[in-house]
Amino acid sequence: MRTISLDQAVEMIPHGASLLVGGFMGVGTPERVMDEIVRQGKRDLTVIANDTATPGVGIGKLVQAKLLQKVIASHIGLNPETQKQMMSGHLEVELVPQGTLIERIRAGGYGLGGVLTPTGVGTVVEKDKQQIEVDGKCYLVETALRADFALVHAFLADYMGNLSYALTARNFNPVIAMAGATVIANAENIVPVGVISPDHVVTPAPIVDYLIAN
Amino acid sequence: MEPQTIIARRIAQELRPGMLVNLGIGIPTLVANYVPAEMNVFFQSENGLIGTGPIPEEGMAHPTLTDAGGRPVSALPGACTFDSAMSFGLIRGGHVDLTVLGGLQVDGTGRLANWMIPNKMVPGMGGAMDLVCGAKRVVVAMQHTARGASKIVKTCSLPITSTRAVDLVVTELGVIGFPDGRATLLEVAPGVSTDQVIDATEAPLVVADHVPEMLL
Repeated sequence: MRTISLDQAVEMIPHGASLLVGGFMGVGTPERVMDEIVRQGKRDLTVIANDTATPGVGIGKLVQAKLLQKVIASHIGLNPETQKQMMSGHLEVELVPQGTLIERIRAGGYGLGGVLTPTGVGTVVEKDKQQIEVDGKCYLVETALRADFALVHAFLADYMGNLSYALTARNFNPVIAMAGATVIANAENIVPVGVISPDHVVTPAPIVDYLIAN
Repeated sequence: MEPQTIIARRIAQELRPGMLVNLGIGIPTLVANYVPAEMNVFFQSENGLIGTGPIPEEGMAHPTLTDAGGRPVSALPGACTFDSAMSFGLIRGGHVDLTVLGGLQVDGTGRLANWMIPNKMVPGMGGAMDLVCGAKRVVVAMQHTARGASKIVKTCSLPITSTRAVDLVVTELGVIGFPDGRATLLEVAPGVSTDQVIDATEAPLVVADHVPEMLL
């Protein structure tokens, strides 16, 4: 793990990169990383995240600045700008049931090719997907998701990069941390090693490549 | 009584002590207002919380304690938080006893459509497909009609949420279940006749000679 400044962290992200971004309606999204991506004008990005928040919040900032070419998310309903760009054909949106989305990311991070889920069988979600029957019940094959970068937001990071999360800001964060080729963590508090007890470390230090200095 | 109030009060009676319950947004959220605290129901918020409490008092909100719409909530004693994989493991894995969801249409066999109107409103399914697929009981809270058109239809014209039939639909006119895969009027709202419900329902409705009145 290396510590890095905010601008250096974002400079590592090339145009056209794929990003896993933590957060649920902006809660648990590394907000200052979003701001810096906008400031540096990274474009043609693919974002994989639960939602696109609201205009001006979290991932909503990237949408508003028209930096995204593709979004894979479960919900875009509270961001009219995402819907507008999707309808006008400027932004490709793949909508995935939330439980399927998080499992596809988990599979990506855990070395699996995908998961079998009953969610979506018999609906438009099953289109072009393989189906497998197990013990008489039908499942969709949902393939794994990974990305070039995981942008993680933690409550605590220690000097080594161990992470823990707070309340509902945990959401996608520990799962995406496993599925990014490069993992960049932003933490509300950076604390000495030992402050987070071993039982309370959620994301182990070796998973984190870069910790943004506060 | 407002239609939403009738619906929420009636659905609240489906809750039992110790249940793990997930409420969707809109009318479903109102159900919590009619559940006595001493019943000790566990409310799940799918962004990663069991033990969701009421909206906090002014000045007591915390930016990382929110519901699935990103709004501040409180947490009750004994609450716990977890990541989204566990949250949907609870949902899909059959650990949620009951979910209450809004609806756009329900067909005569109980299939729900509640996540999109093609070319008009494409918000995404969020957690709805997983909830209908995995919760032990699914209750739909919706008004009986929209702009005069029945929302309980012969066949859904909108994309369905799941092939699994819901267990109960509660509207301001009545309660409908789906025994043997057929929409059946189980209760009528106070002051509503069975004929009024039949007239407001596009799907064929099984109606017994005597249909009890909802107790609110």
